[in-house]
Amino acid sequence: MAALLELLTDQPVIICNGFPSREAQKIADRPTHFYMIGSMGSAAAIGLGVALAKPKKHVVIFDGDGNVLMGMGTLATIGALKPKNFIHVVFDNEVYGTTGNQPTISNVVQLEKVAKAAGYVNVERVREREDLVYEFKDMLKKDGPSMLLVKVNEMVEDAGRVMLDPPDITKRFMQAIE
Amino acid sequence: MIESDAFVQALQDIGVDFFTGVPDSILGGIIAELMERRLYTPAVREDEAVAMAAGAYMAGKIPAVLMQNSGLGTSLNTLISLNYIYRQPCILIVSWRGQGGKDAPEHLVMGEVMEPFLDTMKIPHRTLTEKTAVEDLRWLAETFMKQRIPVALLITKGVVKGLHP
Repeated sequence: MAALLELLTDQPVIICNGFPSREAQKIADRPTHFYMIGSMGSAAAIGLGVALAKPKKHVVIFDGDGNVLMGMGTLATIGALKPKNFIHVVFDNEVYGTTGNQPTISNVVQLEKVAKAAGYVNVERVREREDLVYEFKDMLKKDGPSMLLVKVNEMVEDAGRVMLDPPDITKRFMQAIE
Repeated sequence: MIESDAFVQALQDIGVDFFTGVPDSILGGIIAELMERRLYTPAVREDEAVAMAAGAYMAGKIPAVLMQNSGLGTSLNTLISLNYIYRQPCILIVSWRGQGGKDAPEHLVMGEVMEPFLDTMKIPHRTLTEKTAVEDLRWLAETFMKQRIPVALLITKGVVKGLHP
């Protein structure tokens, strides 16, 4: 995640609940980050709303495997609408991290293949940091929608809860992406 | 009976410029009119529509989500743990299936409990009538702006012209 945040500047980033939001806030807290603390499964749909309303901005979603599985129908909506400015990064650790590492089913269901079948234009699966950086830079240049599935390890250390007040997250994000 | 185009125009006049949702027969005429005007983004589930509307709101739009009242059940967590706590307003245009106990069995329970359910969820609501339509729309716009939470306009059968008169 740190490697990706280094490549981003003022793009809106929607970050799913659980470890992704906690980690992103710890690594680099920016007003362009929308941290989710609830509504699991909705990150891609929120990002889609932003992407449709702001077609000139690249919209990046930091999602998790449990989240994508919960809102899988949204992959179809995105595949059908084909927003060009939509980059969906999925950190896939094959577990529900914040609740005690219970297994998801992403070890057997390849989410980037589901996205491809649903109509995403570019999909990639990466394991190494250098591949991640290369593919993400490439997706920033290409017309989407794109999905970058990143296989990651289970988290060992909790970055701590998102401490910002939710209405403040909304206000700050809205001003930052105006 | 209110014409679908007049209803859509009234929503546009109060500033609504992003429409999504999941269809219902009662809303058929409205959705057809929205599609005609190229204003409608279809969703596959109501909670997805609500989340999409939240994103559009944060990107400067005034969103409306159309759904059958069964979709309120599907959207419950998103309405609470996204819209409500983050203060992201959204106009819900909800068809009232099962009103008065006259509908298919799957609609009867929600039809009966919908109003207390919305009260419990602290979602302000009002039922559209032809007589009070102007006032209803004004109430919708004011509540949306003031409270910054989801607000519901309930549509009963026959109030807005559907696809099949």
